[in-house]
Amino acid sequence: MFSIPTFLESFGPLAMAARFTLLVSGLGIALGLVIGALVCACALSKSRGLRRFAAIWVSFLRGVPLLVQLLLMYYLLPVVGISIPALAAAVITVGICASAYISEIWRGAIGALPPGQSEAAEAIGMAPGTIWTRIVLPQAVVMSLPALVNELILLVKASSLVSMVGIMEVTRASQAQAATTFRPLEVYLAAACIYLAINLCLAGIGRWLEHKAAV
Amino acid sequence: MVQASSVEIRKVNKFYGPFQALTDIDLSIPPGKVTCLIGPSGSGKSTLLRCINFLEEYDSGEVLIDGQMIGYDAPGKKMSGRKLREMRRGIGMVFQQFNLWPHMTAQENVAEGLIRVRGLPKAEAASRAAEALRKVGLADRMANHPARLSGGQQQRVAIARAIAMEPKLMLFDEPTSALDPELVGEVLTVMKTLASEGMTMVVVTHEMGFAAHVADQVAFMEAGELVAVDAPSRILHQPEDARIQSFLRTYHERNAF
Repeated sequence: MFSIPTFLESFGPLAMAARFTLLVSGLGIALGLVIGALVCACALSKSRGLRRFAAIWVSFLRGVPLLVQLLLMYYLLPVVGISIPALAAAVITVGICASAYISEIWRGAIGALPPGQSEAAEAIGMAPGTIWTRIVLPQAVVMSLPALVNELILLVKASSLVSMVGIMEVTRASQAQAATTFRPLEVYLAAACIYLAINLCLAGIGRWLEHKAAV
Repeated sequence: MVQASSVEIRKVNKFYGPFQALTDIDLSIPPGKVTCLIGPSGSGKSTLLRCINFLEEYDSGEVLIDGQMIGYDAPGKKMSGRKLREMRRGIGMVFQQFNLWPHMTAQENVAEGLIRVRGLPKAEAASRAAEALRKVGLADRMANHPARLSGGQQQRVAIARAIAMEPKLMLFDEPTSALDPELVGEVLTVMKTLASEGMTMVVVTHEMGFAAHVADQVAFMEAGELVAVDAPSRILHQPEDARIQSFLRTYHERNAF
């Protein structure tokens, strides 16, 4: 029989663990946005070397599963003599992985802008930096919003993978909870509810931003 | 009377890979006059026009604005970005697809260059933008975003955006080709006003009526070559060259009904 009390009681410990889910995905996306912007700048740069670097960065990080990247990072860092907390390593790995997708999202949005948009600015003598900040980026950011929200939601779900390197986030906490209560169905249903709640909030915020940005 | 630039195009060649888009173009554009570039699609009219403000880089020859070469300090030696931008400030351009910035209102579109390029304070830029929009008959549309304007209105905003910068030369790249027929007139009217004020204008167009009535000279291009430059009546009514005759025949057949 489905035990409603166990289901409800699971929310307490899982909500505590959700802090780490939010931390890993929140910091991960923040890092991903910054690195993604830099990689995107490389991909669009005039230097062939930088473009090559961006292409390799993106294809490696998109081509290798996040779980394998996490394990690589987990076992690689001690070998090269770097000792940082598992949580920091997890955030960095998630951020780096997200940067590959985010840089592609931005490259796509910028590429989708008609060339006439910057030509009109060039024609009146606007400087390249000003064209970026005033003409290209404001439009590219708005265009990329739906894809960015999508990426953020994927990231929240992918953060369950960091349980493999010992972070007590929602998925790992529910495994532990299921093992102690012998009620896996109730516990995992509660976990599902927590992920769903987080992602519905994100989707809502995304829609609100899109609405606000629309002219 | 505005201060008007002259343009001198000498032996200009332009290649896209192995394809030669412009071959040895020579053309004098006198100050304060309207020059129309006509010819079939793909003949190089727009490419030549875009060489005048160096949006398109010509490979050899010279384009001189008031005697100063644009794009190069010397043949083969590119001019600095700063110097090029300085020269472009004096050249307005209007595009076939308007190219208004969709995230800004009509007034912001016009004020943007005044603020970011000319460095005017925001309030002054806003009032000059309003002035320019009044001039093109859009005083009541200043707060609208481009998406809320008709094609003709958008193109008039684009003209306002160019003239607000107080250029001495205006380039028009098929300014009415993307417009519904009933909206063409309002844009041509604004262009006629500019011409009557003594602006130097170079206009790539398929509007033979405009070329016939407003242009001081008409240049006919085909396959990257300048076939003839002459008074509009000579080109449009008594063309000697068979290529021009054939082009005009096609044009008249298309417009006959």
